[in-house]
Amino acid sequence: MTDVANQPLAQKKNPIQQLELDMRLLGMVGAFVILCVGFDLITDGRFLTPRNIFNLTIQTVSVAIMACGMVFVIVTRHIDLSVGALLATCSAIMAMTQTAILPDMLGLGLNHPLTAPITIVVGLLAGTLIGAFHGWMIGYLTIPAFIVTLGGLLVWRNVGWFLTDGQTIGPLDQNFMIFGGINGTLGPTISWILGALAALAAVATQWNGRRAKEKHGFSAKPMWAELTLSGIMVATIMGCIWILNSYQIPAARLRRLFEARGEVMPEGFTATYGLPISVLLLIAVAIGMTIIAKRTRLGRYIFATGGNPDAAELSGINTRMLTVKVFALMGALTALSAVVASSRLANHTNDIGTLDELRVIAAAVIGGTALAGGIGTIFGAILGALIMQSLQSGMAMVGVDAPYQNIVVGAVLVFAVWIDIVYRKRAGIN
Amino acid sequence: MKLLKLMAATMFAAFFATAAYAQITVGVSWSNFQEERWKTDEAAIVAALDAAGATYVSTDAQSSSAKQLSDIESLIAQGVDALIILAQDAQAIGPAVQAAADEGIPVVAYDRLIEDPRAFYLTFDNVEVGRMQARAVFAAQPEGRYVMIKGSPTDPNADFLRGGQQEVLQDAIDSGAIEIVGEAYTDGWLPANAQRNMEQILTATDNGVDAVVASNDGTAGGVVAALTAQGMDGIPVSGQDGDHAALNRVALGTQTVSVWKDARDLGRAAGEIAVALAGGTMMDAVDGAIEWTSPGGTTMTSMFLAPQPITADNLSLVVDAGGIEQDALCQGVTDGPAPCN
Repeated sequence: MTDVANQPLAQKKNPIQQLELDMRLLGMVGAFVILCVGFDLITDGRFLTPRNIFNLTIQTVSVAIMACGMVFVIVTRHIDLSVGALLATCSAIMAMTQTAILPDMLGLGLNHPLTAPITIVVGLLAGTLIGAFHGWMIGYLTIPAFIVTLGGLLVWRNVGWFLTDGQTIGPLDQNFMIFGGINGTLGPTISWILGALAALAAVATQWNGRRAKEKHGFSAKPMWAELTLSGIMVATIMGCIWILNSYQIPAARLRRLFEARGEVMPEGFTATYGLPISVLLLIAVAIGMTIIAKRTRLGRYIFATGGNPDAAELSGINTRMLTVKVFALMGALTALSAVVASSRLANHTNDIGTLDELRVIAAAVIGGTALAGGIGTIFGAILGALIMQSLQSGMAMVGVDAPYQNIVVGAVLVFAVWIDIVYRKRAGIN
Repeated sequence: MKLLKLMAATMFAAFFATAAYAQITVGVSWSNFQEERWKTDEAAIVAALDAAGATYVSTDAQSSSAKQLSDIESLIAQGVDALIILAQDAQAIGPAVQAAADEGIPVVAYDRLIEDPRAFYLTFDNVEVGRMQARAVFAAQPEGRYVMIKGSPTDPNADFLRGGQQEVLQDAIDSGAIEIVGEAYTDGWLPANAQRNMEQILTATDNGVDAVVASNDGTAGGVVAALTAQGMDGIPVSGQDGDHAALNRVALGTQTVSVWKDARDLGRAAGEIAVALAGGTMMDAVDGAIEWTSPGGTTMTSMFLAPQPITADNLSLVVDAGGIEQDALCQGVTDGPAPCN
C-alpha cells in the first residue's frame, strides 16, 4: 500500500471522486435499485408499492440481524453454520418460557406485562451463553469453527425439537409479538419524528467528522460535496419513512381493531402502519454494530485479527478471548432474530430458521465480507440480505417456479463473490 | 458487470413468468412442491381455473412455515382474488390468513386443516375413509381377533380414521364377534414402525390375529411384511392412498382394500370453489358446504369429498383413471383379479 497522505494532490479528481464514496457499495446499491425497478416493470408496478416495500423490510429483518453478527465471525476467519439451528433453540426456549414456565411457575399469565421482557432476557442469555460456548471450543480448544458449528447445527436443531416435543407452540404473548413486523408498528407521527431525528443525527455526524478533519489539518471534501451527501442522506431517510407511512392499514383490519375495542369505525377512517418495530430493531443493531466495528477497541481487534491472526496475537491481542466474544455476540444477535422470527409467525414452529445459516452467510458474502478475513461492513451485509430477499420475493411475485428461484439465487451468490474478487484485484486491495 | 448479471437474472425470471393478469387470479401456496403427489393436484387446479377463465399463480414454501408466510404476503401484494393454501403448519399459517382476511381475500384450506373460521376447509372425508377400511375388512372377516394399526399420534387425521373404523366395528365388538387384541400408533406414519408394532403384537398374541385394520398403505406395507415373516400373509388388511405397491398387494391378495382419494377431484373442487369465492359467493353458499367443528373447537365451513375404496373387484377403475400402469399393478400376479388375468 502506498502512503496516501504523501501523494501530491496534483492530479485533478472528477466530481464523483470528490464525493469520496465507496464505489463497491455504490455498485451494490445500484444493483439493488436495478433489481427493484426490473421486478417493478415485470409485475406492472406491483413490486415497488408501499405495501410490498413494507413486506420486504419485515421479511428481511431476521436474516439481516444475524448477518450483522456473521460479518464479525467471517472477518475473524471463522464461520458459523449453526445460526439457523440456534435460532430454533432460542425460539423454543422463549416459547416455552412464555407459554409454560412463566405461567406455571411464577403465575404470570400470557399477556402479563412482565412476561415479554423476562422471556426476551432469558432468550438473549441462552443465545449468548451458547454462542460463547461455541467460541470457547473454537478459541481455547482450537477445534475448527466449521466443525464446532456443524455439530451445533445438529445439536441445537434437535434441542429445540426436544424442548417442544416438535409441536407448534402458540399463540405467543401479545407484547412479545410487537417485534413481529405487522403486529407492531409505530404509526405515522412517531415514524416522522424518528425519521427527522435520524436525519439530524446523520448530518451532525457528518459535519462533526468534517470539523475533526479540518482541526487536524487533513484535507476535507469540498463544501458542495458535503452538502450533496447530506442532501442524499436526508432524502433517503425521509423517503423511506414516507414510503412506510403511506402503506394504509386495510379497512377490514381497522374495522376489526375497532370492534375489538367495542367501537364502531367512523366512515372513511383510514390509518397507516408507519415504521415497524422490528425494522427499528434492525436499524439499532446496525448502528450499534457499526460503532463497535469502527469506534471501539473490540472492533479494531476483530479486524486486526482477521487481517493477520499471527501478527495480532504477537502484538498482544488475546485472540482466544476475542473469538469467545465474537461468537457470544453472534449468539445474542441470533436470539434477537429468534424474537423477530417467532413473533412474526405468532407461533414457535419446529422448522423455524431452517436453512437460515446459508441465507445469513450468503447475505454477508454478497455484502462484501471476504471469507479470507479482515474485510466486511455491517451496512453491506444488510444490503446483501435485502438483495437476497428482494430476489426471492420478486421471483415469487413474478411466478418463477421454485427450482428456478433457487438456481438464480445460487448463481447470484457465486457471481457476486467473483465480481468482488475482480474488483478488489483491479482496485489493488489485497 | 454485476448489474448486467442481475439484469439477466431478472429477465430470466421474466421469461418463466406466468402469463398476463386476467380478471380473476387465484394464488396457490404449496407447502412442499417437492413431493410428487402435488403435481397431480396442481394439474387439476389449473384445469379448473382455465375452464373458468381464471389465472393460476403459485409459490412453493419448500417446507418452511416462515417462507410460506412471505409467499402469501407476496401473492396478496400481487393482487390475487382468492388463495388456495396447503398449510405447512395448521397454526403458524394464522398470520397469513389474517393478512388475507384484512384484504378481504377468501382462503381455501387445501387438504390440510387451517384452524381459522375464515378459511374454507376442503379435504376428503377422513372419517369416511376409516369407515370404508373397516367395512372392507369386516366384510372379509366378520368375526375374530382384530388388530388396529393407527397413524401418527401427531396427525389429527389418524384419530378421524380410527373414529370411523370404530363406528363400523362397534356393533360386532359389543356382540363379542370381534375382539381387538392389539392397537398401536405409528410414529410418523413410517412403515418400519408399523412393522415393528405388528411384530410385537404377533409375538404377544402368539400369532392369534385374524384381521388387521391399518390406516394407510405405508403402514399396511409394514403390517404385510410382519405377517409374511410369520407365513400369515393373506389375512384381511386395509390401507388408503392408492400407493402403487398397495394396489399391487390388492392384486396379489395380500391386502384387502386401499381407499383411494383421487387428487384430481380435490384439485378440481379447490379451483372451482376459489373462483366462486373470488366472485363474491359466500362460503356457506358453496354447493356441498357444511358446518363442521374442528378438534380444536373452531367452527368452520367445510366440504368433504367422498373417497373410493379399491378392492380386488374394481382394480380396473384405477388403471382406467390413469392412477397406475397395468404393468406396475399386475407385477408378479398370475391369474389375479381383473385386469391382471
